[in-house]
Amino acid sequence: MENRQIKEKIAGFLPEAVFVTEEPLMVSVAPMQLPELASWLRNDPELLFDYLVCMTGEDSGEELGVIYHLRSTVHGHSLVLRTATSDRENPELPSVSSIWATANLNEREVYGFFGIRFINHPDMRRLFLRNDWVGYPLRKDYNADPKINPVRLESEESLDVVPAYELHETEEGFDIEEKENVLFDNEEYVVNIGPQHPATHGVLRFRVQLDGETVRKVDVNCGYIHRGIEKMCESLTYPQTLALTDRLDYLSAHQNRHALCLCIEEAMGIEVPERVKYIRTIMDELTRIASHLLFWSTFCMDLGALTAFFYGFRDREKILDMFEETCGGRLIMNYNVIGGVMQDIHPNLIGRIKEFIKYLPPMLKEYHEVFTGNVIAQQRMHGIGVLSREYAISYGVTGPSGRASGWACDVRKIAPYGVYDKVDFKEVVRHDGDVYGRYMVRMDEILESLHILEQLVDNIPAGDYAVKTKPIIRLPEGRYFKSVEACRGEFGVYIESRGDKYPYRLKFRSPGLPLISVVDLLARDGKIADLIAVGGSLDYVVPDIDR
Amino acid sequence: MFDFSVVTKWVDMMLRQWLPESWVLTTEFVLIGLCVLVGYAIIALVLIYVERKVCAFFQCRLGPNRVGPYGLLQSFADMFKMLTKELIEVNHVDRFLFNLAPYIVIISSVLAFGCIPFAKGLEIIDFNVGVFFLIAVSSIGIVGILLAGWSSNNKYSLIGAMRSGAQMISYELSIGLSILTMVVFSGTMQLSTIVAEQADGWFLFRGHIPALIAFVVYLIAGTAETNRGPFDLPEADSELTAGYHTEYSGMHFGFFYLAEYLNMFVVASVATTIFLGGWMPLHIPGWEAFNAAMDWIPSLLWFIAKVAVVIFIIMWFKWTFPRLRIDQLLRLEWKYLLPINLVNLLLMVLVVVFELHF
Repeated sequence: MENRQIKEKIAGFLPEAVFVTEEPLMVSVAPMQLPELASWLRNDPELLFDYLVCMTGEDSGEELGVIYHLRSTVHGHSLVLRTATSDRENPELPSVSSIWATANLNEREVYGFFGIRFINHPDMRRLFLRNDWVGYPLRKDYNADPKINPVRLESEESLDVVPAYELHETEEGFDIEEKENVLFDNEEYVVNIGPQHPATHGVLRFRVQLDGETVRKVDVNCGYIHRGIEKMCESLTYPQTLALTDRLDYLSAHQNRHALCLCIEEAMGIEVPERVKYIRTIMDELTRIASHLLFWSTFCMDLGALTAFFYGFRDREKILDMFEETCGGRLIMNYNVIGGVMQDIHPNLIGRIKEFIKYLPPMLKEYHEVFTGNVIAQQRMHGIGVLSREYAISYGVTGPSGRASGWACDVRKIAPYGVYDKVDFKEVVRHDGDVYGRYMVRMDEILESLHILEQLVDNIPAGDYAVKTKPIIRLPEGRYFKSVEACRGEFGVYIESRGDKYPYRLKFRSPGLPLISVVDLLARDGKIADLIAVGGSLDYVVPDIDR
Repeated sequence: MFDFSVVTKWVDMMLRQWLPESWVLTTEFVLIGLCVLVGYAIIALVLIYVERKVCAFFQCRLGPNRVGPYGLLQSFADMFKMLTKELIEVNHVDRFLFNLAPYIVIISSVLAFGCIPFAKGLEIIDFNVGVFFLIAVSSIGIVGILLAGWSSNNKYSLIGAMRSGAQMISYELSIGLSILTMVVFSGTMQLSTIVAEQADGWFLFRGHIPALIAFVVYLIAGTAETNRGPFDLPEADSELTAGYHTEYSGMHFGFFYLAEYLNMFVVASVATTIFLGGWMPLHIPGWEAFNAAMDWIPSLLWFIAKVAVVIFIIMWFKWTFPRLRIDQLLRLEWKYLLPINLVNLLLMVLVVVFELHF
């Protein structure tokens, strides 16, 4: 549906709605009307905004608000929804977590950083910060004095009972009641998996309620390596912010940086040379292969196949060598810059890629012989942690994990960037939704990526590797959102600019946060070993969750 | 073929010349004890080295190669490091049980180690219920593991201990039944007699299909019994960090570590003794010259070679297979191995009764 039609339809449903911008279509509503409008948008068959792409808290100076980027997986149209409250003392907004499940963790994040309490949210704990944190860091009037929040040496108390706020209609009007939800009973056997645990692939902590070997409930605790990158970006110039993207999901470093560059370039109105697009696409696909190889290695190790780990790393090393030659870095490449890439590709790169395209398929065959075909591996993977398509969309689980549930969510196909519109590749979609599905999607995507590389590697056009940009970049006032397909799903960048050389607000839509939000759903009533297999198959990267 | 009883008899005679009967026995006990412990430690260290090398070659690596030629001294260096490390006192543990557990594990494996006939005349404990004794002592180890998990005051350890309890008690059945199958075939429980009976051909070949089935079942169950991959659930590092020995440090951890390797050796030795003829050379009835040539190879070498083959197979399992889940592990035992074993036992009885064997 065209933006115009959507606008008319919304205006018909809710005449009070204010249309802020036309392209992209942005609607602003009062908090009280949000739940009604949101559930209508979600359920109306012509609109069907079933996917909450990104949820951003913002402090506009006077108001505290939330911006929802919505997309319809059926019709493909998108909408930006905004709501805000001017009460800075006790900001309260209605929760949409019952409409889009992915809002659950996102609202907790917004609560921690802006202090906005979400009414009817079941669990109002801070997601990343400690419970005893003073102040709300992403507010513009936050006092960052280290005396207020010193480095605390004592451990944080883990809450078994969590606060929640509920709305009640009384005779005088509305009343907000504070209540407590019980997360874990005193009688329960709760085991911490993490933050120091080999299977969480970083400092992530699951509090797991066990009944013998059976997992009854998983409570995800994050924030152990939260670095406040979004806050840091607010005081960095645009070229400086680039350096931090590689440190989000370090296995999708190129793609993350690509997204931020695209977003800034789009806002500035720069058209990058064709050569740059080719180089960026090649680098993105190499990153994807490297990341999926690492997934294979670590996933096998989670399942106890230790030898596989070394095979995967051996082959990933070849890609890292290519990166080193061209970019100078192996993990943190710092290659994309605004308007192009840092330097031209190394003359060896083309030859090495061609060699690699020939080298990898027989290795993949060996992987399948050694691990995939193994009867134990098959038993451990089939039918475990089944994620249905509806849940995948509601939780916003994108990337290979979403595609394994039958949701064609590849940004490369939906909104092609780089040269993805010029190459021929298949979007790997499976319908099993279990651990095996997620595993096989990644293995098949490696082949597809090789196929893309094959088409690109000989056709890189001559030209500049970057366009000249001014040393100080100022984006025109406005809100910009751009997303790319990172290795783990849709990676989005949202920039709000007020015309300064610093972004007013910069938000990264991490693919990892939705992934960990489904762990509870997938691992419940399975065994401990299944929890590990589910975690491995989702392939989250912790620095990406803790931005 | 060289008979080691010559040496032991000579030592015995020498001692008897100078000492009274009771002192002779005491001295011999001490000597044997020393030999067993030294042998135990050396075999464990060699096995650790071998495992690291084998695993390295599976994983396209070199393995230890810095300490000594080809890294040969690496595991000795590791042992000395472990001996000098502090035994950390963990808070809120049941201190007595916590300290007792590693000794129970190590005692059980030393006792089992003592029963094995290494070579002709080189056997410490040999009596008419040898096999029975071996199974009995080797299952004491589980008590130590359960105690370790229980007393550690650590939830991972407890889950690991529970897993290992369920696993080892289940697989003990398969081990027992597959050995029983061969006891039916040989008609004796004395290990020396079992080896002697295989002079004309190893039981694996003589016992037809039931012996082959019993051997395969024994290998699977034996791997499970030693808590090695793909049955390493009690210590599953990606799930329980290190399972029952998470809280142990220094030599107490070292005991668990040594015991794991020695148990592997014991399992391989029992497989060798019962199925592959122990120290007995490969004899083919009727080929006199061939048999005589085989007899030239010392019996100890035969034994070590056979054990090495079995150990290599067990290592091969570990470095290629992913880990089973606990319910799959128990299903494998109770739904597949146990019924197969029972039928196999019946089959073996029929083979023996109707004399269908070679």
